Amino acid sequence: MLHILGWPALAAAMIALPHGLSFSQQEILVFLTINVLLVTSYRLLTLTGEWSLGHVVMMGVGAYASALYTKELGIFVPLSMLLGAVTAALIALILSFPLLRMKGFYFLIGSFAAGEIIRLLWKRFRNPFGGPKGIKKIDPMPDFDAGFYSFDFFEPVSYYYFALVVVGVSLWIMWRIERSPVGLTFHAVHWQDKLAEAAGVNVRAYRTRAFVIASGFAGLSGTLLAHYIGTINPNSFDVEMMVFVLTWAIVGGTATFYGPIIGCIVLTILNEIVLREMGFEQMRPLIYGLLLICSVLFLPKGLESVVQGLLARRKDSPASGEEKA
Amino acid sequence: MVELLAQTGLNAIYAASYMSLVAVGLVLIFGVMGVINFAHGELYMLGAYAVVGLYADFQMPFIFAIAVGLVFVGVVGLGMERALFRPLRDNPLGGLVASIGFLMVLQALAVMGFGVRMEHVPPVTQEVIVFSEKVRLAVPRLFVIIAAVVLLTALWVFLKKTRFGWALRASAQDPEAAALQGISINQTSRIAMFIGAGLAGIAGALTAPLVSVNPYMGHSVIITAFIVIIVGGIGSLEGAVIAAVAYAFIHTIVTTFWDGVIANIVGLSLMLAVLIVKPTGLFGTADRA
Repeated sequence: MLHILGWPALAAAMIALPHGLSFSQQEILVFLTINVLLVTSYRLLTLTGEWSLGHVVMMGVGAYASALYTKELGIFVPLSMLLGAVTAALIALILSFPLLRMKGFYFLIGSFAAGEIIRLLWKRFRNPFGGPKGIKKIDPMPDFDAGFYSFDFFEPVSYYYFALVVVGVSLWIMWRIERSPVGLTFHAVHWQDKLAEAAGVNVRAYRTRAFVIASGFAGLSGTLLAHYIGTINPNSFDVEMMVFVLTWAIVGGTATFYGPIIGCIVLTILNEIVLREMGFEQMRPLIYGLLLICSVLFLPKGLESVVQGLLARRKDSPASGEEKA
Repeated sequence: MVELLAQTGLNAIYAASYMSLVAVGLVLIFGVMGVINFAHGELYMLGAYAVVGLYADFQMPFIFAIAVGLVFVGVVGLGMERALFRPLRDNPLGGLVASIGFLMVLQALAVMGFGVRMEHVPPVTQEVIVFSEKVRLAVPRLFVIIAAVVLLTALWVFLKKTRFGWALRASAQDPEAAALQGISINQTSRIAMFIGAGLAGIAGALTAPLVSVNPYMGHSVIITAFIVIIVGGIGSLEGAVIAAVAYAFIHTIVTTFWDGVIANIVGLSLMLAVLIVKPTGLFGTADRA
């Protein structure tokens, strides 16, 4: 019953959501939608046990690629967004040859180095990347009249609906991937890599797949961002942004699909509603740093463990009631 | 040309001095506690701000400011050990993530205390040693070189000749066996963290008049330190010093003949190459990560 009613209800709530918000809150909602895609793609990568510090840069690769395709080649925006995601996946494929020779801590540092190299290349080469100032005046999504609703993509509400569809489809694909044999093998590669290898699983190939798919979706989130704000520069994808993604994933927990999404939503609400309204915007890095430390120390399994605890209790109570009866 | 090379060499020796102070501290912390301290660049930044606060703002003697920088940052290191790394000892990734969180906290505190602007620290002395018309060495840079040599020699003597040093190296090699011999892991961790953080702090304090001090200065420092410790082999102190010298020369030469960004790209590529070909680094043996 919940399954039949739950999804349409969620969809209706998501569609109705922006109409109860102020303009700036609608804008935040767009960024939140994009960040949900980013953090979910990050989780896909962590399924194989690798923690990357270059994921935000892969988002940037998608953003830069899509911006350049539309500006230099005049490609139609939605198509260039897909191409941007594909470009990020291809760059990840190339990077996977050196990076996936490493594991654990070395992969972390290696991905950090690779990301910094890409970022420095953007900074150094004015042509075509625009140097430290980045790319400005990126073509927006063209307006679109669907009969019942005319989409003006300068309006956050319209862009939110567009992003919602893109992110929704992407999340569904990632969910299906995780539930498929491929996704189960990702788990095996993480927890039992020697055993998986002995059972004939090509561990390296699966780690490559996870890295490429995750980077592709990160790139897609980057293209969503680029065509919304219209200007990107190397500092949009710096270590601070990476720390935010890391914080969302760790505060939320990465054992479940919804964990990082919870982390992202809760921290965004905390940040935008609490901090900005109260005028503590400058303290954002401080709060995020403290949150990161506290969640590693006191809630190592993340907010999802709290949710799981609540769900388990709800399931337990009717069962115990039946036993008594 | 010879003069240009000589001047580049002098610049490289100066760069190698503070790089090895930072990198050796990072290696020491990793060796004893098995955790990479991402906040190490911010400890360097704290040392620089100690000099900004005491020497530039309150006109105290430079030597005093440096000493305070060393002790203060060392104590911050002790705090990190107690609050972050000790509870997370069985969880190296957790320790790393916590140190990333601490990095953000320190940066934010520096922004709140001093603002994002660049701090101007007046030079201790204007004196310059003139070797020839184009080959010069500013005396403050000479101080950094001398301090690095003295401190690293002292550390070497401490590690090789004293009982504490033996204990430290023993628990770096095998913590459990060391604990069985009656060595307190908590104590060796404290010593390592104090020395490691203190070295970063004094490097920041000494170079404060020579670089632009701002809350985000740690970023390039930690990247440099990573390059140095990866190339030198994580956990190898000698490797870190040798790699710091080699990297300083490469970086300075590329900066002189091309530009700084290219030099950073070259450095990072070098580190990636070492990670691919020999992940234990050029001088590393133990693989604890």
